[in-house]
Amino acid sequence: MVRIGGFIVGVGFVFALLLGIFDTVYNWIKEPPAATAEHEFHAHPKKVDFSFNGFFGKYDNRQLQRGLQVYKEVCAACHSLRLVSFRDLEALGYSEGQVKTIAKGFQVPSLNPETGEPATRDGSPADRFPLVYANDVAARAANNNAIPPDLSLMAKARHDGSNYVYSLLTGYKDQKGYKNEKGEELLKHFPEAKTPEGLHFNPYFATLNLAMAQPLKDGQVTYSDGTAATLDNYAKDVSAFLTWTAEPKMEARKTAGLATLIFLVIFCFLAYGAKKQIWRNVKD
Amino acid sequence: MSFPWAKQYEPKHPVMKWVDDRLPLPRFVYNAVGAGYPVPRNLNYFWNFGVLAGMFLAFQLVTGIVLAMHYAANAGIAFDSVEHIMRDVNAGWFLRYAHANGASMFLLVVYIHIARGLWYGSYKAPREMVWLLGVVIFLLMMATAFMGYVLPWGQMSFWGAQVITGFFSAIPGVGETIRVWLLGGFAPDNAALNRFFSLHYLLPFVIVGVVILHIWALHIPGSSNPTGVEVKSEQDTVPFHPYYTAKDGVGVGVALLVFAALIFFAPNMLGHPDNYVPANPLSTPAHIVPEWYFLPFYAILKSFTIDFIFPAKLWGVLAMFGSILLLFFLPWLDTSPVRSANYRPTYKWFLLVLLVDVLVLGYIGGASPTPGVILIGQIATVYYFLHFLVILPIVSAMERPRPLPNSITEAVLGGKGGTAQTALAAE
Repeated sequence: MVRIGGFIVGVGFVFALLLGIFDTVYNWIKEPPAATAEHEFHAHPKKVDFSFNGFFGKYDNRQLQRGLQVYKEVCAACHSLRLVSFRDLEALGYSEGQVKTIAKGFQVPSLNPETGEPATRDGSPADRFPLVYANDVAARAANNNAIPPDLSLMAKARHDGSNYVYSLLTGYKDQKGYKNEKGEELLKHFPEAKTPEGLHFNPYFATLNLAMAQPLKDGQVTYSDGTAATLDNYAKDVSAFLTWTAEPKMEARKTAGLATLIFLVIFCFLAYGAKKQIWRNVKD
Repeated sequence: MSFPWAKQYEPKHPVMKWVDDRLPLPRFVYNAVGAGYPVPRNLNYFWNFGVLAGMFLAFQLVTGIVLAMHYAANAGIAFDSVEHIMRDVNAGWFLRYAHANGASMFLLVVYIHIARGLWYGSYKAPREMVWLLGVVIFLLMMATAFMGYVLPWGQMSFWGAQVITGFFSAIPGVGETIRVWLLGGFAPDNAALNRFFSLHYLLPFVIVGVVILHIWALHIPGSSNPTGVEVKSEQDTVPFHPYYTAKDGVGVGVALLVFAALIFFAPNMLGHPDNYVPANPLSTPAHIVPEWYFLPFYAILKSFTIDFIFPAKLWGVLAMFGSILLLFFLPWLDTSPVRSANYRPTYKWFLLVLLVDVLVLGYIGGASPTPGVILIGQIATVYYFLHFLVILPIVSAMERPRPLPNSITEAVLGGKGGTAQTALAAE
């Protein structure tokens, strides 16, 4: 009974699938799916040799500090960092006093102690980076109907995030004459993919066009440690900084991981030896 | 029940004797996982995976209970409370990564455990109840894992909940009403998040209960073994402790190595980046994909593309649930008296194709749906159902198995080949 019932159910599913297979093949031949500009011309992130890559990788504090500087002077105009507390910045090598100074540079929402009216005050280490816009409507109004996303987790919220941030910042191009790896020219193949008014072409962005204009250019930020003031350095530094904001405990994680792996390898050898010893007189 | 030669518990310490006389718990443990449980001597390393599954269940309970102390099941703050765990709670990053990757490890070892059961015919008489309870555990695990993935309230959480609860709307007539009732609203929101958290906390303890029944049912006939030949004499067995506690120790070490590599060096490899974006009901992600362990079933769901008597969506949902529910009937679909696929020259190949087929379905479930991908998914789904519902019963009836060894000891001492006159000797 079970086998007969199973057979009938099985044949039913298979018949429905065969109809589907026929349909898939028929449509495939009749109307081969058209290639899309996003699929053919979207570029994968460039590989950057970051100090935090690999098993032993660590953050480079001076790079993170430069990245914070780029964030403060450029990105922070539109993008918030709402999950990061100022006190966390001590991990970048700043002293308590320096963190207090950085926090003071930001105004955080508060109440007027006399009247209870909404007000702002200087930031303190216990505060988080404040929001840039009061709400999404304000953000849209100021940015041509686009919301600048919060950057706290950006390096984990995109595939290959650290490389992606670097590639996006350095990836703005003139759309005219842009060719992909295969040497095909975008506007020749997809004239309709021309960047609309108010958007900016960038092959590293999923839809190839984004609302943000190229934010960084050579010489825009002045570094105090002698690092060359180039777009490439800005992009690397700010991606490193955003990797830290997304994964601030990475160094502790890798250190604990190495100790754990060493412990477990020894454990495995001991367990295998114990097993051998116990089974020495029994053939399995 | 146990074999007559099983060792009896003899308390060595007067305190243990005192306890045992009043509550025979020490005796119970001794007979369950101690020297009082005789086990076939020829179990290979695939028999480690039951213990490993139990271990990962325990890890999930411990990390989960501590995470629940810091997590807030409220749609307004759930996402930020997870980031609070990652940033401010002592070793919170470890707890969360261990719990997220622990779910993957739990499902991984359970999949291998199920595959071992399929290959060695562990579902056959007299162990049908062990198998049935195992399928119940698997279903509970899937429900728990799904609801757990919703809790961080990221984009994949939200849209995953939207898609999965959408299955119920495929039920003709009452489907939409049931979906709204399950969610507590027209779309996933605070009501859904709260009940998912409540059930996500409850179901693991239900799993523990069914696991106890699973092990109880196993101990009635005792463990099967790679030959599928039943235990005949004392020399076929060794006591569980120390022999299999030692062998399981090796498996535990290797499994923990994989687990640690994931937690400490690739904690987000199995997750989706979109889940680090807070849930936004107004923005649908480009590709909504479930966690890796659901991908084969997701591929089956998506393979039904034609309305035929029922709408395609209903076919997909029925097939997806059917693909798991049919496992309940496996002991009666497979009529071959031989358990182990090692002695089934024809069936062995079909089973190997099935294992590859499920891997293919897993790949298809995660790939973007081009016509080629859909076609491969449909063919793989055809084989999945053909295998269990058509091929297996027919092959079982027609196949002539290879001769089985007379006993486990003979198989161990004389190599793999059997000398028994007929395979039907395995009763």
